[in-house]
Amino acid sequence: MSSPTTNLTTMPEGPVIKGKISRDDIIMRSGMIVIALYLIATLVFPLYAMLSKSFSTYRFELSQYEFQVSDEVGVFDGTILTGSELNAQTGVYEDLDLSTGSDGRLGVTKFFPDFSFRSPVMYQIRNTAETGRFLVGSTLQDSTEWVTLDSNTFRRVQLRPMKSTGMDNFINYFSTPALFNSIKNSLWIAVVSTIVTVTLAFWFAYALNRSCMRYKGVFRLVAMAPILVPSLLPGIALVYLFGNQGMLKELLFGASIYGPIGIVIGSVFFTFPHAFLIISTALAISDGRLYEAATSLRSTPWRTFWTVTIPGARYGLISAAFVVFNLVITDFGLPKVIGGQFNVLAVDIYKQVIGQQNFEMGAVVSVVLVVPAILAFAIDRMVQSKQVAALTARSVPYQPTPNAKTDRIFFVYCCFVAFFIIGLLAVCQFAALIKFWPYDLSLSLNNYNFDKMDGGGWASYFNSIKLGLLTAICGTAVVFFGAYLVEKSNGFRTGRAIFQMFAMLPMAIPGMVLGLAYIFFFNNPSNPLNAIYGTMAILVICTVTHFYTVSHLTAVTALKQMDREFESVSASLKQPTLKLFSRVTVPVCLPAVLDISIYLFVNAMTTVSAVVFLYSPKTTLASIAVLNMDDAGDIAPAAAMGMMIFYTNAAARVIHLLASRGILKKTQAWRAR
Amino acid sequence: MKRKASIFAAAAAGVMLATSAAAETELTVYTAVEAEDLARYAEKFNESHPDIKINWVRDSTGIITAKLLAERDNPQADVVWGLAATSLLLLKSEGMLEAYAPAGVDKLDAKFVDGDNPPAWVGMDAWVASVCYNTVEAEKNGLKPPSSWKDLTDPMYAGHVIMPNPNSSGTGFLDVSSWLQLFGEEGGWEYMDALHENIARYTHSGSKPCKLAAAGEIPIGVSFAFRGAKSKAAGAPLEIIVPSEGVGWDMEATAIVAGTANLDAAKTLVDFTVTKEANEMYNSGYAVVAYPGVAKPVEHFPDGLLDAMIDNDFEFAANNRAAILKEWQSRYDGKSEAK
Amino acid sequence: MPLILTPPLKIQTRVQRSLRCLTGQAAGVVVRIDPMMQAPVTNKLYLSIDNLWKAFGSFLALKDISLDIHEGEFICFLGPSGCGKTTLLRAIAGLDLQTKGTVMQDGKDVSNLPPSERDFGIVFQSYALFPNLTIEKNIAFGLENTGRSKSEIAVRVQELLELVGLPDQGKKYPAQLSGGQQQRIALARAIATKPGLLLLDEPLSALDAKVRVHLRHEIHELQRKLGVTTVMVTHDQEEALAMADRIVVMNHGVIEQIGSPTEVYREPKNLFVADFIGEMNQIESTVTKGGRLSVGEKTFACHEHDFADGTPVVAAVRPEDIIPHEEGYESDDPNRNCIDVLLHEMEFLGSFWRCRLRNERFGKSELIADFSINAVRRLELGVGRTMVIEMPIDRLMAFERPEAS
Repeated sequence: MSSPTTNLTTMPEGPVIKGKISRDDIIMRSGMIVIALYLIATLVFPLYAMLSKSFSTYRFELSQYEFQVSDEVGVFDGTILTGSELNAQTGVYEDLDLSTGSDGRLGVTKFFPDFSFRSPVMYQIRNTAETGRFLVGSTLQDSTEWVTLDSNTFRRVQLRPMKSTGMDNFINYFSTPALFNSIKNSLWIAVVSTIVTVTLAFWFAYALNRSCMRYKGVFRLVAMAPILVPSLLPGIALVYLFGNQGMLKELLFGASIYGPIGIVIGSVFFTFPHAFLIISTALAISDGRLYEAATSLRSTPWRTFWTVTIPGARYGLISAAFVVFNLVITDFGLPKVIGGQFNVLAVDIYKQVIGQQNFEMGAVVSVVLVVPAILAFAIDRMVQSKQVAALTARSVPYQPTPNAKTDRIFFVYCCFVAFFIIGLLAVCQFAALIKFWPYDLSLSLNNYNFDKMDGGGWASYFNSIKLGLLTAICGTAVVFFGAYLVEKSNGFRTGRAIFQMFAMLPMAIPGMVLGLAYIFFFNNPSNPLNAIYGTMAILVICTVTHFYTVSHLTAVTALKQMDREFESVSASLKQPTLKLFSRVTVPVCLPAVLDISIYLFVNAMTTVSAVVFLYSPKTTLASIAVLNMDDAGDIAPAAAMGMMIFYTNAAARVIHLLASRGILKKTQAWRAR
Repeated sequence: MKRKASIFAAAAAGVMLATSAAAETELTVYTAVEAEDLARYAEKFNESHPDIKINWVRDSTGIITAKLLAERDNPQADVVWGLAATSLLLLKSEGMLEAYAPAGVDKLDAKFVDGDNPPAWVGMDAWVASVCYNTVEAEKNGLKPPSSWKDLTDPMYAGHVIMPNPNSSGTGFLDVSSWLQLFGEEGGWEYMDALHENIARYTHSGSKPCKLAAAGEIPIGVSFAFRGAKSKAAGAPLEIIVPSEGVGWDMEATAIVAGTANLDAAKTLVDFTVTKEANEMYNSGYAVVAYPGVAKPVEHFPDGLLDAMIDNDFEFAANNRAAILKEWQSRYDGKSEAK
Repeated sequence: MPLILTPPLKIQTRVQRSLRCLTGQAAGVVVRIDPMMQAPVTNKLYLSIDNLWKAFGSFLALKDISLDIHEGEFICFLGPSGCGKTTLLRAIAGLDLQTKGTVMQDGKDVSNLPPSERDFGIVFQSYALFPNLTIEKNIAFGLENTGRSKSEIAVRVQELLELVGLPDQGKKYPAQLSGGQQQRIALARAIATKPGLLLLDEPLSALDAKVRVHLRHEIHELQRKLGVTTVMVTHDQEEALAMADRIVVMNHGVIEQIGSPTEVYREPKNLFVADFIGEMNQIESTVTKGGRLSVGEKTFACHEHDFADGTPVVAAVRPEDIIPHEEGYESDDPNRNCIDVLLHEMEFLGSFWRCRLRNERFGKSELIADFSINAVRRLELGVGRTMVIEMPIDRLMAFERPEAS
């Protein structure tokens, strides 16, 4: 069609024009670099530290030790044998036996088949390498001098391992059934909980979107309540309901609540709102015209359900399933409280680290846990991007028509679900007010006397509020500003892409893993950031990072709705971008900003997994106090504290609602026409 | 941005101020003692030594041990005051402790002092294993009170016993290590095999079994005596049983970290920790203390407990800890999920 | 809606006074504002684009673009979507830097400067008004931090509001105004700081047809009055023809033709321009002896061209250039290009009839001709009639035949 005015169709060689960086660009880019560095320091480095820890192994280097044995009268003939030679002769230790943990110890008497601690034979032992170490009793020997010992003392000799790098930890992990069985357990409860939760939530959402029953608003509120409590609270309620002294113990017909049953019931409780929200959104956007078409084609309701409703909501269902799966498999609080002997990955990390100080194995379990979490996350992201595409093509919203019979069925069903949710919360509140279950059922406030219990007392409650507020304020500032920079700055493409990736990463990282990674990274004396270890600052940073992704996505969604050309206009008017940011962007996005802050606040109040490794005596938290009081057997105070978190979060929600309305009225006057 | 930077600067300045506030000598003391007791300990010490300021770093036993081990090449602590002896033995075996015989150490019960001379650590107080027995629930289930560890393996108690998991609880480990010492290695594992058949579940913490017994959640909880006495005082229908074979125990102890820059001040502090005065102070949280004759009787504390304390071989416990835990885990942790 | 076009005399003088301060023209430069509303174009070169390239990965969005724009000129970049016109505008603004090439503005090389260091005002299709700021504050946005006092700013804002004909709307929020009003505010905001260059990126596309035509006039007038050099991007040829001093027709990242509206309409340089601007009948033909074009057995005389004999070309004639004659009309002059056709279809389009004409020589394709109502009445034309048409020799053009189709 064209006859170009020039014959050139390929660009000439030569340098590409490089834009002069404006003052604004410098500010924006350095801002982005600062926040990217923040994410690197609080996410990438810690995870790297954890990964390298999982490959850090300890081995007994038998060749580094030399031994001499005397005759019956204590005279050495000068024959020197290394540990590896002795082991080759006797064959007492397999290769795998020689890999161990940081506190591993290896006795040496087995190298000498005719050893007797009563014999007059004398022994000599020494390190040949400068780094070699062994113990006599509990006294460390790290020189390369010969040490002469009588046989009774020689049996107290213990070799110490050397640090090295390799796959040994993973080999060890997968050859210990007690450990790798947890993978099966974790997957099992995650799958069962997912099926149950998604089914329950689907019908609940269906009832709310597709029927004309009454009190929909109330049901919606009740369905969201579990978000306001730590995941371990339903576990405590279940102890009171179905424990050995439980009110409804008989309903379990002798089965124990401590184990998979308890974990699944509790998981259904705490994941329900997440699944409900996603499915409800998916149902709300389906096209009413399809139903009209189905009706006009005289399709039966059953057929319509399978050919229209389910396909329409399929992305929502898949997304909900993976979100629930991820929540359950990474949850730590609930299985800790109600899991009994049923080991799951998240609790294994805790046991390895807190119980055994086996940080290397904790890191290995973390790596194992990250795999399904990342997979579930990746699939969810893929599905969600598809749902967005489906959403743009939507047209007429579906309008339900009243049907007395089905409306009644749905109403009864919703009552049942609501009863389950409110019931568990009510049980906790009730238990908190009982003086000494089950022997003294009089009411008292004794259980609120937190200062007399483990867990940090009332101070931990106020610490939690402090953490919540700080997280909400700092987190919202960092997240929103970061999202703004990445969304609205010019050029710097690679930088922005990397930033996006960092921002998405936290969602795939389980809290336990993040917390553990923080220990490795921040509790390293040579790390200049070591100073924040054990302070409120690290809790704030960890919580912000843990909940970064959802906040970031909320901010990005809000920012995408802003006109792309605001920045261009502002630049053409020679006004600094930050002026535009504060005068226009923030006020316009205020609803999203408030949403992010309440999200961060509520999660900071309820999170257990990420901070359980990081709190210090001065920064105990309410959610951790629930865990620790339960751990110490003070279950009623744990329930009391859990309900304090609930009321605080509920109050925060109400304040947020009122504040948003007030602020919106003032600042969003422009929305009204 | 500017505002945030200034907040960081202020925070950093605050941290620096806090660590360099004026006092002649400052000691960084790592401890696992309950936070509520720490202020009292420091206050008491400063009554006689106002020139030495204590900066506490407190955490649970596991964490503080891990922290000390992690700082092996760059120790931050001057003194460890109030950490399980088994943990201090780990530190000793890393060569991290400065051997020192505090003035007046000879007055202490020899059980409470490290065998080496000069000792690397000195004990303060002890917690002792016991069995918490809920008489009401036991009656409901038609149980008879056990009198020995061996009794607990009676099939009658199947599903009625809870004990702490040695992998996460120090109390659990001292039980296991005491059984291995009492019954020998083979006999110990045989005993635990039999006991495992009766165990309803293993808890993460050492005090929980007794609290669960107190709450009637289980008739029998293997825990420690002081916890039982407290619950009984709170009104729980508990009997605290001291098994006839003897009971395991661990102690809290004090040590100087090798390489401290404040050795003299550290010695002064450790001297104080072995005084009668200090031991009286420990007595409010622990029924058994290192200084003979100091401990006042604690209400509901079982009789004859002190005599039942086994001659604990801490070296054995520390040196075999990793191996014991591994063995325990492979025997009982992997199987239990079958239920 | 108040018009700027015909302000009462009293206001006019005030407008003129304010215009001088608006444009900030040096005293020596004459600004003509005459009744014919001719462009106040000076001969001074204002914007000069040299060998500009823009690559998005391996895709070349702009290929070797060179263009000079004079001070006071109103230039339209016209082309189908994806032709690179917006890319070129954004390169001029510095919003998306070109890959290669230079941009000189007012004698200064601005090739690599960020937007904030260039001198322009810009109006977007979306208006991009700040929704949470009142109209006043929107206009004042660029005036702040420029050393002006608050009262100066207020005066200036009011001046601009009057200039765009919305003097009482200052306290409202953008959402409370109509689209056309919002676009005027956007314009006021863009010229508030008296930029030397005004860039308009499809400013009228989001508006409905009537408002569009109306606002087109107003922008045109305003530009003439202010004398500000203006570049507008549009895909609407009518808009370009009505407003521009010169039109830059673009396609596939290259400039196809630069010229005044009449030039590009009457003398399109190639088939693309001919086809894109206005309507054009296209008939495949071959150049024969004497430069005539052969279609079937018949040959036609045509406008001058450089094609050699035997070159396959496209013969093109605009519908309105076809002259109708009654049936049987004959001319001896072979240069009159008369042929018989069958009037196959007629469509009444208000001011004229659009007729579809058939002749077996053209094969299946039809000729489209626009006949005046008068002519239709005079010749009693109707569907099914045969008639004679004439394609005037200077209106029948030959273009290179496109390779693919």
